[in-house]
Amino acid sequence: MQTGNLLLLLVVMVAGAYYLGLRRSFALARPLGGIRHLHSLPFYFAMRSAMWCAIPALVVLGLWLAFDDSIIRQQVLASLPAELQPTDASSYNLTLSKIQNVASGALPVNFVEPPIAAAAEHLQSLRQTSAMALTVVIIVLCMLGGAWAWLKVSPQLRARQQVERVLQTLFMLCATVAILTTVGIVMSVLFESIRFFGKVPVTDFLFGLQWSPQTALRADQVASGGAFGAVPLFMGTMLISAIALLVAVPVGLMSAIYLAEYASNRVRTVAKPALEVLAGVPTVVYGFFAALTVAPFIRGLGESVGLDVASESALAAGLVMGIMIIPFVSSLADDVITAVPQAMRDGSLGLGATKSETIKKVIFPAALPGIMGGILLAASRAIGETMIVVMAAGLAANLTANPLEAVTTITVQIVTLLTGDQEFDSAKTLAAFALGLMLFITTLVMNIFALHIVKKYREQYD
Amino acid sequence: METAQQLDKPALGTNDAARDKAINEQATMTQDTPYPDQTVGKPFVDDPKMRLRDVEVFYDDNQAIHGVSLDIGKNEVVSLIGPSGCGKSTFLRCLNRMNDTIDICKVKGSLHLESQDLYDPKLDVVELRARVGMVFQKPNPFPKSIYDNVAYGPRIHGLANKKYDLDEIVETSLRKAGLWEEVKDRLHAPGTGLSGGQQQRLCIARTIAVSPEVVLMDEPCSALDPIATAKIEELISELSESYTIAIVTHSMQQAARVSHRTAYFHLGRLVEMNDTETVFTKPEHDLTEAYITGRFG
Repeated sequence: MQTGNLLLLLVVMVAGAYYLGLRRSFALARPLGGIRHLHSLPFYFAMRSAMWCAIPALVVLGLWLAFDDSIIRQQVLASLPAELQPTDASSYNLTLSKIQNVASGALPVNFVEPPIAAAAEHLQSLRQTSAMALTVVIIVLCMLGGAWAWLKVSPQLRARQQVERVLQTLFMLCATVAILTTVGIVMSVLFESIRFFGKVPVTDFLFGLQWSPQTALRADQVASGGAFGAVPLFMGTMLISAIALLVAVPVGLMSAIYLAEYASNRVRTVAKPALEVLAGVPTVVYGFFAALTVAPFIRGLGESVGLDVASESALAAGLVMGIMIIPFVSSLADDVITAVPQAMRDGSLGLGATKSETIKKVIFPAALPGIMGGILLAASRAIGETMIVVMAAGLAANLTANPLEAVTTITVQIVTLLTGDQEFDSAKTLAAFALGLMLFITTLVMNIFALHIVKKYREQYD
Repeated sequence: METAQQLDKPALGTNDAARDKAINEQATMTQDTPYPDQTVGKPFVDDPKMRLRDVEVFYDDNQAIHGVSLDIGKNEVVSLIGPSGCGKSTFLRCLNRMNDTIDICKVKGSLHLESQDLYDPKLDVVELRARVGMVFQKPNPFPKSIYDNVAYGPRIHGLANKKYDLDEIVETSLRKAGLWEEVKDRLHAPGTGLSGGQQQRLCIARTIAVSPEVVLMDEPCSALDPIATAKIEELISELSESYTIAIVTHSMQQAARVSHRTAYFHLGRLVEMNDTETVFTKPEHDLTEAYITGRFG
């Protein structure tokens, strides 16, 4: 039976186990004088039966599907005569795909050697046996589990606690998925980075001032040996992020102060979500806004005052990125300003301070840690932002602090290194992982720092 | 109340001692209704510091204060008592327009600080609050040093030209608030690090540092222990030599100890206002008597 059908069958059997468990618990309760004489509600007995029916079967099904392919493959290859045995990885794959193609009918039998054809037939039969065996095993497990649970239903059975424990495990597994994924990503980036650092010394990468990742693919090709100094990329990232923060911090903070302290309730209910819409605009839209509207505008403006502005200037990308992160600053700042107790405002106003004096001298200092947290979150967002800079910042790895020149960022370089058909063993592609690792560490440190500040602040006013 | 209002209305904004006296007498005469629709006792004084007539306060459509008229005399300590929700804090907050910070709050009536109309649209609220300071229920020192807390008001009003002057204001205010000896060695420690009672005295020092004429206190001792409360009460008696004080309190003993006159509020109405001794020994109104003898509230 196919896996899909098998799953359907499983669902039916689990439902049956649930129903039988429910029936049995009601039947047990009746002579005792109602379900209040059972330890748990009938629902829990039914759930327990369903779980006994489903969980062992699902575990076996998962393991079976994970391992049966590789076991069958080994058996098929072992059945081949000695002269056809694969010698290395590529011939192994070639032989295997040949056998599989014959078995699936994509390759006619008379195109291949007879032993291969025989192996294909062997593969087919093994697969059938496996599917058959799986079906039988699953059905037996389901029935055994269901029957065991059904037999165990008794007024003293603590089904409620057992269901609780299973659910707890389920929740924990779900949480583990997210954590394991993070760990997996970090590990893969880390290992690839270590491979990269085997080819290029760490010090060259961290302190080199030259970035030109083109390397010769073949011996006869004329190309540079590649230079992997990440400093220009870091500088570019920092320059654009700094411009973005210069835009976002004042605008975000002041709009937060307006919303929290001055705006009437009606304005606030409209303006706050409207501001937060900025965060919902897809970054690719910001990207073409930057590349098609802002960059030419800045170039035109620069030319009119006699400045030489690159068509893909850091300024354009930074400005648009700044607009994008305004809601990060304003929303968090608004929250912390609103969280400053009214008693502080009353105290200051009661002494005859004006509203702006109160904000400047009492509310702002009190909210400062939280505001700093918001700014750091916005900064780590700016550093990791990709789409805007890919479209608007350019590719030239200039080591410059002039915002009117084109610069490139870590994220842009990662994108260019990895797009298209690539071999993943050259220094060029591996460099992307090292850059990714650097980026990850930078934003991680900033996030931890920001969260720490925000947490400290929350403890102060609760 | 009808008569009181009609009599009083032409006199808005002026000071007519004779008329007020007449109202006082009239108010004393009618006291047979159990429902608080007319003030009994002596709500008015000659030559008051604050003259408040027909004060009505609305939160949106809910009326919180119904036609309250009373005077606060110069260098007098007036206490406002009454069950929770009777409007005494709301009334107090009208006196330096702290109610302005609540959008839905509307105040009607005639409120004067000497000859100044408090709700005159041309009035500078900031200046008013410098003349009528306020101490709140919960001690609310700013998260700054003790020195900066006291210096806050003088700084924003430009009361000191030199560092030396400011030091002097801070010291004088802390001395008046009875806190100087306890904090003189740690003026630059954070104000939030003081104990509750010290924090409240710091808030009082902060308020008197701007030399107000009137100090409003909204249950200043409700968050304090008995020893700290005793200190604050002592302080209030001393302060009344130089300031006019209005204090909202839930403690009748406190009202009896610190105030010259006591006003009893009930459901947004001023039921009785009299000399403190009279209120606590021979209350004229049944509701007042019921409250001070602990039958409700």
